Amino acid sequence: MVFKRYVEIGRVALVNYGKEYGRLVVIVDVIDQNRALVDYPDMVRTQLNLKRLSLTDIKIDIKRVPKKKTLIEAIEAADVKNKWENSSWGRKLIVQKRRAALSDFDRFKLMLAKIKRSGIIRQELAKLKKESAA
Amino acid sequence: MAPEMGGARMSRNPDLIRGVGKYSRSKMYHKRGLWAIKAKNGGVFPRHDPRPAVTNPLPAKPPKFYPADDVKKPLVNKRKPKPTKLRSSITPGTVLILLAGRFMGKRVVFLKQLSSGLLLVTGPFKINGVPLRRVNQSYIIATSTKVDVSGVNLEKFDDDYFTKEGGKKIKKGEGEFFEAEKEEKKALPQEKKDGQKLVDSPLIKAIEGVPDLQSYLAARFSLKSGMKPHELVF
Repeated sequence: MVFKRYVEIGRVALVNYGKEYGRLVVIVDVIDQNRALVDYPDMVRTQLNLKRLSLTDIKIDIKRVPKKKTLIEAIEAADVKNKWENSSWGRKLIVQKRRAALSDFDRFKLMLAKIKRSGIIRQELAKLKKESAA
Repeated sequence: MAPEMGGARMSRNPDLIRGVGKYSRSKMYHKRGLWAIKAKNGGVFPRHDPRPAVTNPLPAKPPKFYPADDVKKPLVNKRKPKPTKLRSSITPGTVLILLAGRFMGKRVVFLKQLSSGLLLVTGPFKINGVPLRRVNQSYIIATSTKVDVSGVNLEKFDDDYFTKEGGKKIKKGEGEFFEAEKEEKKALPQEKKDGQKLVDSPLIKAIEGVPDLQSYLAARFSLKSGMKPHELVF
């Protein structure tokens, strides 16, 4: 089995455990076999255990331990935000967040919309069935 | 001494720590102006005759009965209970979900908190069959949906609006027992029906302005498969 996503400087990862859960971070240095130094424009640079990171496909072009300004420029240049939000993984997370924030009234309206949509689909299906039967 | 006119007087001798004042006896003599009182009175402190003893016009009669053991008198309690603290998520017009009782699961509109602490809610009656009703704060979930209640006048509704009619002391004979049962059901007084209409008409107008809100209030809430109450946002 070949590995495609490597822990390397510039790899964008998602934090999957702990206080920073759900955040995107960039690996700026590897400390030892288990730990990496991570950074992102709106957080203080910290060390995280690699077990707390889920690697993504996105990689940016930086040297080891860049200054914050250089990091920000590199992230802008690689357009990490848009790449993430358009990826299927990123889109799934956005949908999950939106679903979790629905209020009771929103859930009710969603139920009505689902019923309406399935009603339309069933009508079309019935039409097609009739045509193919005839 | 001359009577105090100034109410509660602050001491002129501030505490350095508890038990130790800032000023000495001689300083306080001057601060209090005792030299001026002496001067006004010709070099000595004024002396007043003792107050005349107050005699009771009718001395208390000795009690007829002394209890054998000492009876403990309960401590005096001047506590006045306050109405229950209203959760910050509940404001007039909030849609609440009732969790217990006959209307379990119904979504109702909150009107105001009564002086007893209970919440006054209404269906509105035409929409979901819940009349003007009192409900305890512990048995509701407050949602984030709000209805506009500015058009409703709630001044005349308080706890006495909801008290039961006077006690019935009907002695039923054996034979009449079964017949009397059927006549027991009283019609709802017209006053209650008018009160309901008074509150509901402006509410229903406000509700019809929001799409889907009417069917939302008509439906009951229930937990479906996969819904985790501690993760739901209401």
